[in-house]
Amino acid sequence: MTPPGNSEGAGNRLVALAGQPNVGKTTVFNLLTGGAQHVGNWPGKTVRREEGLCRVGALQLQVVDLPGTYSLTAASDEERIARDFILRERPVVVVTADATGMERSLYLLAEIAQLDVPVVLGLNMMDVARAQGVQIEPHVLEAALGVPVVPLVAVRGEGREELLAAICRVLTDPARSHPSRPAFCCEVLGTMHRLLEGKVPVPYDPEWVALKLLEGDEELLAAARGWLGPTDWETVHGLLRTHEDAFLDVAGARYEWIERMVRAAVVRPRLGPIAVTDRLDRIATHPLWGRLLLALVLGLVFAATFGLGAPLQRWLDESVLAGLATAVGDGLGSAPEWFRGLLVEGVIGGAGRVATLIPVLVVFFAGMAVLEDSGYLARAAFLLDGVMHRIGLHGKSFFPLFLGFGCSVPAVLGSRIVESSRSRLLTILLAPLVPCTGRLVVVAFVGAVLFGNTAPLVAGGLVAANLLVLAAVGAVFSRWVIRGEREAFIMVLPLYHGPRLGSVMRAAATNTWAFVRRAGTLIVAAAVVVWALSNYPGPSPEHSVLGTVGRALEPAARLAGMDWRLVVATLSGFMAKENVIATLGILYGAEASAGLDAALATAVTAASGLAFLVVQMLFVPCISTIVAIRQETGGWRWPLANSGLQLMVALAGGAIVFQAAQILGLGV
Amino acid sequence: MLRLGSREQWSPLGAAGVTALADLATDTTCAVQRLLGGRMFASRLAAMGVSIGAELTVLRNNRSGPVVVMVRGTRIALGRREAGKVLVEIGSAAAEARSDD
Repeated sequence: MTPPGNSEGAGNRLVALAGQPNVGKTTVFNLLTGGAQHVGNWPGKTVRREEGLCRVGALQLQVVDLPGTYSLTAASDEERIARDFILRERPVVVVTADATGMERSLYLLAEIAQLDVPVVLGLNMMDVARAQGVQIEPHVLEAALGVPVVPLVAVRGEGREELLAAICRVLTDPARSHPSRPAFCCEVLGTMHRLLEGKVPVPYDPEWVALKLLEGDEELLAAARGWLGPTDWETVHGLLRTHEDAFLDVAGARYEWIERMVRAAVVRPRLGPIAVTDRLDRIATHPLWGRLLLALVLGLVFAATFGLGAPLQRWLDESVLAGLATAVGDGLGSAPEWFRGLLVEGVIGGAGRVATLIPVLVVFFAGMAVLEDSGYLARAAFLLDGVMHRIGLHGKSFFPLFLGFGCSVPAVLGSRIVESSRSRLLTILLAPLVPCTGRLVVVAFVGAVLFGNTAPLVAGGLVAANLLVLAAVGAVFSRWVIRGEREAFIMVLPLYHGPRLGSVMRAAATNTWAFVRRAGTLIVAAAVVVWALSNYPGPSPEHSVLGTVGRALEPAARLAGMDWRLVVATLSGFMAKENVIATLGILYGAEASAGLDAALATAVTAASGLAFLVVQMLFVPCISTIVAIRQETGGWRWPLANSGLQLMVALAGGAIVFQAAQILGLGV
Repeated sequence: MLRLGSREQWSPLGAAGVTALADLATDTTCAVQRLLGGRMFASRLAAMGVSIGAELTVLRNNRSGPVVVMVRGTRIALGRREAGKVLVEIGSAAAEARSDD
């Protein structure tokens, strides 16, 4: 999905929204565009790209939401994307700043002011600032900064017209925005500027490049080596080495500039009462009470997601879809058998998978939006960071992974709440390793048949072992597979405020709809293919392509004590994990589940059964999950890598368990 | 990829009155004196308000897990490892002590 460029149509103007995380940039984006029209990924990245349109008179504004970044040094994918977009496309940049933490959030403006693009500053959360007794004079700030300043309360839609008017002003007359720039007075900057002059290609500016080199920007360091000849590079490199600390002066100069800008425009209360946020944080970040509260919140999210979502899901499945399938089946009475099967089992079955996921996704995304909007999510990440860091993840990754116990699809999609693309990718890859309800149902059923009273113990052991595998894979991946340094844990704890119904509903709707629209068709197509493979050419799975594959794989599966029937059952779980039981029923020649109990108990030894369960826990995720991974990572590379990995881990785990169990005498 | 030297070998014990942020008790106010741990790390900290000379107040230090500080009107959580790399001077007078070598 390649987003359209900026050059189409004379009246189509490009506006980019920049801002630090947690300043309400997404709300400003929705305020301008009424919600994204294009949701995709930035080319080759796992970073989401949202784009929308907005019409002002004859002008059509194409609004691109840049990733939230604290600065513009190429330290992360997000920063690289934001910076390259501004440099290459030269849009009007709307910087959203938080009126309650203005000094920090103007840092990004200080960087963007350097880039020679028209800028408008949106001061968001003016209501919260006012409530705290902070007085801000937008006109004074505007005069100091040299760019239009628009006060906003984006959640209530306040300031939209003014913001649009300001954007149009700088679009029609770019001279309206002549940002004041921080003054950097170190000598070394001048020297480097002279060395780079005339050697730096468009769209870069030599002074800006010199500044970024001093700041240790690795991307530009590599590029500058090529731009400069070997001699000049040596000089520059020498300068950088002797001025290692210059970047601190650069940052210092930016803050001095910010302080100068803000001084006249902002009046703070001398000593306010202890903020509500601090009082709540005494509990929320407390080592004991904080953890108890967290456990409660996690329980609530889980209970809400599956307590509200699951009954709806069942109702959809049993009443709506079953009814639809019967109606279609009856309506096609005269149609050929294969066509009816294709439509009823393939298409309606596949679409049903998508439809039944919707309630769970809506509730989960709404729950996450409440936690994020209220500011609690950052506190939870704070408490969980110690544990998650051991497997190379960010504290926030805990939430999506936790949801994986219900279903892997919301777990994969939920990884969106993790800001850094590297941690997000790792979260996505680990999510299917959390045992989902589908897998747990198989374990509960087969376990009960084969192990009787010890079944709960077996199931508990399997879940524990599964989580250990997850931790091990995480540790290995974060060290050796997914490149990039484990990022430092530095996170803003935003002010608490009541979640807003509008933004919660919008978050739930956009995220769910994005999944349905983009993954829906793919899941239906895949369901049709899997249905065909497991029904053709023979009349039952036994004589199908899947059955043939199962027989072919039997020699390898023997290592894990599995015969072809167990292999085919495992493969049928590819459609949905719950299918495994139905397939076992067909293959072991029993229609009723009572019959299956007896047949399984006699045909499968304890060792084989245990190995089979291990394989169920670790095997390649279902097609919906794979499609979700594809959607979130923007390509087939990671879903395939994940499937390959889980295939290997499952086979290895199954083989180890089978061999060990035989040695222990469970083989009879 | 070219790596410019970091300053991790520098010993904090060399300067009097300077401690790591990770070692401060809750409610202590201090000023950032030095940032260890390399340029990219220090740039990130600076972008979030923790620059040399910035005044910090420790809001929460549980002796394990991240540390929460208030800086430039914003609450920031820093991992324990990260907080160990922020060297600070205690006391309000220290706010003036902008140290450049």
